[in-house]
Amino acid sequence: MNSAQTRKLITLTAIWAVLLFAPFWMLPLGGYTALATRVLVLGLAAMSLNFLLGFTGVLSFGHAAYFGLGAYGAGLTLKFLAPSTPLALVLGMLLGGVCGALLGALIVRRRGVYFAMVTIAFGQVFYYIAFQWSSLTGGDDGLRGFSRQPIDFGLFQIDILSNANNFYYFVLFCFALMVGVMGYILRSPFGRTMIAIRENERRSRFLGIPVERHIWIAFTLSCFFMGFAGALYALVNNFADPRGLHYSQSGDFVMMAVMGGMRSFWGPLLGAAVFVVLQDYLSSVTVNWMSFVGLLFVLVVLFFPRGLLGFIQRSKA
Amino acid sequence: MTQLLLFNVTNGLIIGAFYVLMALGLSLILNLSNVINFAHGGFLVIGGYIAYTITPYIGFWGALLLAPPLTAIIGLIVERVLIRPLYGRDPLYSLLLTFGLAFMIEDGTRFIWGPQGKPVTIPPFLAQPLSNDLFFITGYRLFMVAVVMIAVALLFVLLRYTRLGVRIRAGTLDLETVAALGINVQMLRSLNFAVGIFLAGLSGVLAAGQLGLEPTMGTGLLMPSFIAIIVGGIGSLPGTLAGGLLIGVASGLTAVFLPAASEAVIYVLMAVVLLLRPRGLFGEEGMMT
Repeated sequence: MNSAQTRKLITLTAIWAVLLFAPFWMLPLGGYTALATRVLVLGLAAMSLNFLLGFTGVLSFGHAAYFGLGAYGAGLTLKFLAPSTPLALVLGMLLGGVCGALLGALIVRRRGVYFAMVTIAFGQVFYYIAFQWSSLTGGDDGLRGFSRQPIDFGLFQIDILSNANNFYYFVLFCFALMVGVMGYILRSPFGRTMIAIRENERRSRFLGIPVERHIWIAFTLSCFFMGFAGALYALVNNFADPRGLHYSQSGDFVMMAVMGGMRSFWGPLLGAAVFVVLQDYLSSVTVNWMSFVGLLFVLVVLFFPRGLLGFIQRSKA
Repeated sequence: MTQLLLFNVTNGLIIGAFYVLMALGLSLILNLSNVINFAHGGFLVIGGYIAYTITPYIGFWGALLLAPPLTAIIGLIVERVLIRPLYGRDPLYSLLLTFGLAFMIEDGTRFIWGPQGKPVTIPPFLAQPLSNDLFFITGYRLFMVAVVMIAVALLFVLLRYTRLGVRIRAGTLDLETVAALGINVQMLRSLNFAVGIFLAGLSGVLAAGQLGLEPTMGTGLLMPSFIAIIVGGIGSLPGTLAGGLLIGVASGLTAVFLPAASEAVIYVLMAVVLLLRPRGLFGEEGMMT
């Protein structure tokens, strides 16, 4: 085993250890378990977005739509279909992913800012549907009247509703599953092709890679992950909010990815942690937290464009 | 019924005129600098509040003349300090920066002027309806449409007949060649940005007289302006003009028959246009990518 591999192993062990013991070390630091759960879910969302943004190099600024669709999918399942948490997660993921696949096919030929604009505008379509279809979605008030259900294994049940720690570990399990799949895809030939397209699209095209199809698949996969994260988020809050589909939420996700470091796999999780904790803190101390979040955007773009991890890596080199 | 129809079409045209002003500014900046200016709505709000602040001293006409250039100057400073370092980098960064800037402007105006709506007094003779039958056509509304038409006409004259305009159009097509011909591209981008922000400021003043002022009003106008650009075809200014009017009238007409859908209809319109003509109504081959 060479030193690079050892370092990677140590990093991975450290990340998972931090995540596994989060409920224990967060409390003494003034955090609470529900905050850790939110970081995990939003971190998964930011990583899902980064799957497209950082590894395929396609700028989607409307990804909150698929996140929100996942949340509504899970909420509607629990409310109207069946009181089953796994089913809610699967259907939420499907709703986000399928809508992403359909729209992706429509916009996959655009690039750069134009891709961003069209994704924003189409993301708003879903926002308006959630906002206007009050009879189904609860409109402006959001979807209420459902709650996550105990996980039933036949012989025994795990209570994830009232026990915050149990729920955290349930979310961590889901997170690990999705991150595992994501990492597996990125290491597969398909994932390598995605990175090739990011690095040099024209050259990839000349090599005979069907670029549009790859981007479409990457977009769709990313929407599936995003839908799953959204479904988890609905379980966290027992509530689905139309503002979760709004483009300002997309902006937050992009910010998490950029702030953590777009070029690294784990960066967005770090970005999400910093962003969520900071927002939690700012909104408790000042009514003008919007200005500070805006200022954070400006400062990160101007001074830390490579994100926290990129910054650390560069100063080490 | 005819009156209701006429009422909503007029409303649609007036709203469409605002979309056009906003969208033309956004489009100018997008085409030349590849920057999606999320803070464009913020500049509209700044223009409106500047007008509100200076109206007591120099009257409505003075504010109408002075507020847009003042907004443009603020825009120039923002471009110089914040956006210029980002040219040539991934467009993601300017998008994020202006996104954060929009937050700051919205919260800042709320901080300075308060969250309540502010009225801007317009000259009394403009507030009169033209006739009892057409009670909804006030002088101010006609005046607004006239100002928008003049502004758009001047913009197109500027782009077609002045040296600056020719350079902007050339830069939109091929900025590298323009730079190679010895033209100061930084300056060109700054001036172009200022023209775009001027239009945002102008729509801010006009909107203030019609709707009153609120810190959030810019955000509401931003998304329809995006759609106006996409429907008209990205890269084409006449397209943006047509797109803005089209979605304005479409949402006005929908308000007659299905009021709940009057906002959703512009998104439907966008989806239909993109399905039938992926490049938008006036988009040309090669302009999009």
